[in-house]
Amino acid sequence: MIKRSFIGLLKPRLEYGSIEDTPSLKQIPTSKEITILSNCPFDKKKLLLKKKATVKTGQKLLLYKESDEYIVSSVTGKVSSISSYTGDFGRSYTAIAIEVADEEEIDDEFKSAAGGPKDAFLETVKNYLAFVPGNPPVKVLSDKDKSINKIVVCCADSDLLITTNQYIVKSDIDAIKNGISILKTITGINDIIMVASQSQMHEVSATGEKVNQVNDTYPSALPHLIMKDMLGKVVPAGKNPEDIGVCFISAEAVASIGNAFNSGQIPVTKIFTFVKKDGSKSLVSARIGTPASDIFKAFNITLNENDRIIFGGPMTGSSVYSEDHPVQPGTDAIIVQDKEDIPVISDYPCINCGDCIRVCPANIQINLLVRFLEAGQYQEAADQYDLYSCIECGLCTYVCVSNMPIFQYIRLAKYELDRANTAEATNG
Amino acid sequence: MVDNNVADNNIVDTNKFIVSHATFWHDGSRISLRNYNIALAALPAILFGIIYYGMPAVGVISLSISSAIIWEFVFCRITKRSNTIGDGNAAIIGMIFGMLLPATAPWWLVILGTFVAIIIGKQIYGGIGGNAFNPVVVAIAIVMISWKDIFDFNEALMNYDFDFAMIYPLAALKHFGVSAVDSFSAGDLLMGKQSGGIGSTFGLGLIAGGIYLIIRGIIRWEISLSFLAGIFITALIFNLTNSAHYAGPVVHLFAGYTLIGAFFLATEDSSSPVNFIPMLIYGAGAGFLTVLIRNIGVYVDGVIFAILIMNLVNPLLDKICPKAIGKAA
Repeated sequence: MIKRSFIGLLKPRLEYGSIEDTPSLKQIPTSKEITILSNCPFDKKKLLLKKKATVKTGQKLLLYKESDEYIVSSVTGKVSSISSYTGDFGRSYTAIAIEVADEEEIDDEFKSAAGGPKDAFLETVKNYLAFVPGNPPVKVLSDKDKSINKIVVCCADSDLLITTNQYIVKSDIDAIKNGISILKTITGINDIIMVASQSQMHEVSATGEKVNQVNDTYPSALPHLIMKDMLGKVVPAGKNPEDIGVCFISAEAVASIGNAFNSGQIPVTKIFTFVKKDGSKSLVSARIGTPASDIFKAFNITLNENDRIIFGGPMTGSSVYSEDHPVQPGTDAIIVQDKEDIPVISDYPCINCGDCIRVCPANIQINLLVRFLEAGQYQEAADQYDLYSCIECGLCTYVCVSNMPIFQYIRLAKYELDRANTAEATNG
Repeated sequence: MVDNNVADNNIVDTNKFIVSHATFWHDGSRISLRNYNIALAALPAILFGIIYYGMPAVGVISLSISSAIIWEFVFCRITKRSNTIGDGNAAIIGMIFGMLLPATAPWWLVILGTFVAIIIGKQIYGGIGGNAFNPVVVAIAIVMISWKDIFDFNEALMNYDFDFAMIYPLAALKHFGVSAVDSFSAGDLLMGKQSGGIGSTFGLGLIAGGIYLIIRGIIRWEISLSFLAGIFITALIFNLTNSAHYAGPVVHLFAGYTLIGAFFLATEDSSSPVNFIPMLIYGAGAGFLTVLIRNIGVYVDGVIFAILIMNLVNPLLDKICPKAIGKAA
């Protein structure tokens, strides 16, 4: 954890870590049982996939009737259970557990559907590659209403401690090149911008695409700030870049697409950073669906009561309640925090010191906003105090001298307003 | 949250983990650390006062700090709130209040003053962070108006005998005109060779403390500097228009409560603005009003009232802020 410097006059400098040479990758052996989470809420009645069904590595599995949602099995084996999983804000997911068989078989449905890199179609990507490492935004790309006219390929990692994209750029730049040419073919969009940190400029410019250099301090690599500082387009409050025609895709996702068409196999291993309690980092490669406990085992780590497991970066990730939480296509880091290192959150009031104001990249008057959020006046906060301008970088909570959970309040407010609006729309 | 998923076939989790939303890091700052640093920064000026005024100064400062803490404790008990004396804010309020008093201040005045500061100045607004006015300034304004004679530093400190002219420069200026303060050089004023509050005369110590707080990012330099600039420029304008009637800017900068005001009073978090331009207006406005009160008002020192007035307009000033990104016009 980076602490406040003695010279508190300066803004905190949280630098994105950069990797020098290609670091060694720790391979986690395939687990005995893996779990794949689908964004679909669990619905027993409409279930298509049956228990005990045999699945092959890379096989696309449709989940529900009247829905084209699917998952891709990352192993060969038998479905052992299909159940509901409750995540953040009570969101329901479908969890598919697969018991791994001894012999691995690769599914060839994608190979026959895809052909080679020259015959790539948007439909194929949409139908088979939504679940590859890096989570390519296939829905956004194939959504006719969005009218995407620009694609931003992020070679820099957006949160601290994460080096997944950097690793892919170092080790597999050819796959990124392939992926980009496939993206161009399938979408017909030629306006592609690469965003890279200073240390990556050399490699990334070799792709021949237009490259923009991103600042190496957090939060400059967050999509909203890339939009504002590099493309000169300010995303309206409460909107996403895709709403104004710009689609963000990570270098990892582009490489996954490139590799899939090249090899005829859907990629199923995820690369991420594992951060131990002492802060030491290792780059890890594991099958999608590997439970976190198997990774802890591989590193000989035991967790104690009241520790914290974080999936994602320290500023924007999410913590999980089970050691068996699986690695997902979007998991860029797993961080273990010792209970001694977990920062205190308090219900102390704002003392109006203004540190959050100086650090906020979105110019929100947080000292005023937070007073409304504390009182539960979310609508007021949205109407008058710029709740929706928040780009969710988490810096306000990081610097708060009162240890207030400001970012948490903001997310709760957005969630509650969203829920109220949905209820109004359905009832009204 | 109920975990009715994956785990049901696996080993049952024995450990319970801390689950919360991002952010998972914190820079380690604390209100208590902040306040202890303010106390540290105030120490040189206080030690100087103690060396000059001896045991009575120790008595006033100690009583002020302890009674402030006790008032806070008592109020927390009465209102059944959790005890907040550990954050150091009450101690700081007591400490700065003591610094403003003459060493001869009677015990009842100190206790009454801290009552006003803690209860009326801070707690009835909802405690730390809720006060619209700087609690110390409210308290000192009330006791200063009520017991004028005690704050007549020349009279109060009459029994002290030093190797320098024991004169309160601002009172001399008010009553005897510019010629009375000619004898004060900037160096003497900075070294505390003047009469005044226990912790408000040692200019050099206050400046050192202020610079420390600015570097640590605890007070906002914009407020301190614009306050001093406001005083300097306004005093200079007065001086240039009529130098026989109005003293030069140096006396105004280093006498009275100016320096303690710049670094310890005007910068109080809750009652001062947080945006750049408002901070400049706030500081400069307080400086301007200070000299205005000193030069053409009835009061000897204007710092206290100037800060109170600027506290009043602070919420309005803070409306001048940059537009949030993505906000519709």
